[in-house]
Amino acid sequence: MSPAIIDSITKFSYVLAAALFIFSLRWLSRPQTARRGVLAGVVGMTAAIVGTLLHPEITTYLWIVVAAALGTAVGIPLSRVPLTAVPQRTALSHAFGGLAAGLVGTAKYSLWLEQDLLTPFKTSAIVIEVLLGYLTFTGSLMAAGKLQEVIPTRPITFRGQNYVNFAMLGIAALSGVALAINPSLWPLFGVVIVLSLLFGVMLILPIGGADMPTVISILNSYAGLSAVAMGFVLDNMLLVTAGALDGSSGFILSLIMCRAMNRSFTNVLFGAFGQVAAATGPVVQKTAKTATPQDVCDMLENAARVVVVPGYGMAVAQAQHRVREVYDQLTKRGIDVKFAIHPVAGRMPGHMNVLLAEADIPYEALVEMDDINRDLPQTDVVLVVGANDVVNPAARHDKSSPIYGMPIIDADKAKLCVAIKRSMNPGFAGIENELYFADNTLMLFGDAKAMLGEIAKALTGGGSGGH
Amino acid sequence: MEAAHAAPAVTDLWTILLVFMLSTFVGFQVVQNVSRLLHTPLMSLTNAISAIAVVASILIAGEPGNGISTVLGTIAVFASMTNIVSGFMITDRMLKMFKARDPKK
Repeated sequence: MSPAIIDSITKFSYVLAAALFIFSLRWLSRPQTARRGVLAGVVGMTAAIVGTLLHPEITTYLWIVVAAALGTAVGIPLSRVPLTAVPQRTALSHAFGGLAAGLVGTAKYSLWLEQDLLTPFKTSAIVIEVLLGYLTFTGSLMAAGKLQEVIPTRPITFRGQNYVNFAMLGIAALSGVALAINPSLWPLFGVVIVLSLLFGVMLILPIGGADMPTVISILNSYAGLSAVAMGFVLDNMLLVTAGALDGSSGFILSLIMCRAMNRSFTNVLFGAFGQVAAATGPVVQKTAKTATPQDVCDMLENAARVVVVPGYGMAVAQAQHRVREVYDQLTKRGIDVKFAIHPVAGRMPGHMNVLLAEADIPYEALVEMDDINRDLPQTDVVLVVGANDVVNPAARHDKSSPIYGMPIIDADKAKLCVAIKRSMNPGFAGIENELYFADNTLMLFGDAKAMLGEIAKALTGGGSGGH
Repeated sequence: MEAAHAAPAVTDLWTILLVFMLSTFVGFQVVQNVSRLLHTPLMSLTNAISAIAVVASILIAGEPGNGISTVLGTIAVFASMTNIVSGFMITDRMLKMFKARDPKK
C-alpha cells in the first residue's frame, strides 16, 4: 500500500473513533443503554490504535508491545478493586493520564529541539501540555494517597501557602513565556517540569477529605485539558476531541460538586475546608434520645413511607447488604422505601449509587436530593446510615456554621428520624450535628452493619408472625 | 537526522481551536444528559477515552527517536494502556450492577 493510502486509513480511523466516543457518552445517559456506550468506546479505541500502528513512521514495535502488555497486566487488577476503592483508582488513572501527557510533551520538546523545529506556537503548546500533565500527575497521586489514607486526610496548611503556590506558578509561567520566545533555553524547560510536579503536590496538601469529590472532578478536567494541549502540539484532532470530552465532563462534575457544597472553585482549592471546624464553640451538653433495634423495627413496620439517607459511613461499615435486607423486608410488606442521595455523599461523584447498586438495590429506588426533599415532610421514618453533614439542619439557618448554605437532605422534616451512629463524634467536617438533638430524632448507637442486621432480624421474626 | 519525523505545524491553529470549541460544546451537551446515577461510571469512561493519548505515545515509542524520546514514549504507552484497560473494564463492571426493579415484586 502506498503511504498516502495508509495515511487516509489512519485518518479515517481517527474520525470513526471520535464519532464513537461521542456516541459512547450519549449512550451512557441512561442505565438501559449505558453498556452499549462502553462497547462503542472500546471499538473506537481499537480502531484508533490499529490505525496508528499502520503508520509507516513506526520502525520498531518491540517497546510498544512490551509497554502495552505491562499496561494491560497492571490495568486488569486495577479494574477489580472493591467499589469503596474506586475513588482511589480514579485518582490514579488521572495521574497516569497526566503522566502520559507530560512525557509525550517532554519527548517532543527534546526531539524538536535537536531538529530545530520548535516554533513559538509549538513551544507554548508543549509548555501548557507539560504544565497541566505533570501537575495532574503529582496532584492526582496525592489525592489517591489521601483517599487511600496513606497520606493524612486532614488539610495540611502553613503560613503564606497561597503566596508560595502563586509564586511557583508565576515562575513556571514566566519560564514558559521565555521558552516561547527562545525555545532553545532548555534549562528553563527543566524548571517548568520541576515546578509543575511540585505545584501538583502543593495544590492538594491543603485539601481535606470532605472536598475529595470536587478535587477529583477538577483533576479529571485537568487530565482532559492536558490531552487537548497534546492535540495542539501534535496537530491531532482526535486528541483534541477526546480530551475536550473528558475536560468538559470533569468541569460539569466539578460544578455540580461545588454547588452541592455551596462553595466556589477558588474556595475549594485555597480554602482549606475542615480547618475552621476545629474552632467551633464550646461543647454544650445536650441530650439525645436513644432507641433499640426492636423499637426501630416497630416504627418501620408501622410506616407507609420510609427514606434511607446513606453516607460514606455506610460503605466503611460494609453495611450495604444489611441495608438491602431491611429494604427487602419492608418492600415485601408494601412499604415504600426510597434512598436519598446527596451529590457529595461518598468520595466521588455518584459513588453512593454504585455502592447501593452493588448491593442489588434497584436504581429506581435511588432518588436525587432535590426530588426527595419534596417528599420528606410526608415521610414517616427517615433512617440515616453513616451520613452526617449532609443532613445537618444548621446548614439552613446557622450562619456561623462552616457548612451554612450547603444544600442538605431535610431529614429533620420527616415525622420521625432515626440516626444510626457509632458514637456522638462529629463527622468528616468536624461539625456537631443538631439533627441528633431534635425532638423527632432517635439515636441508635452502634456499628451500622450490626445494628441493621438486628433490625433486619427483628423484621423477619415480626413479619412471619403477622402473616 | 532522517526526514522520518513529522515536521510540526501543518494544521492551521484556528482549525484546531474550532475543533476544540465544537468538541467542548458537544461534551457539555452529552454529559449534561448523563443521569446522576451514573456519574462514577461517567468519570471512569471519559478517563478511558482520554487515554487516546496512546496514539501519540505509540508513535513516539516506535519512531526512530533520540533514546530519551523512546524511553518516555514507552512509559507513556504503558500509562495510557493501563487507563484504557482498567477504565473500560471497571466501567462495564459497575454498569452491570445497575439493575431495574425486579418485576416479580
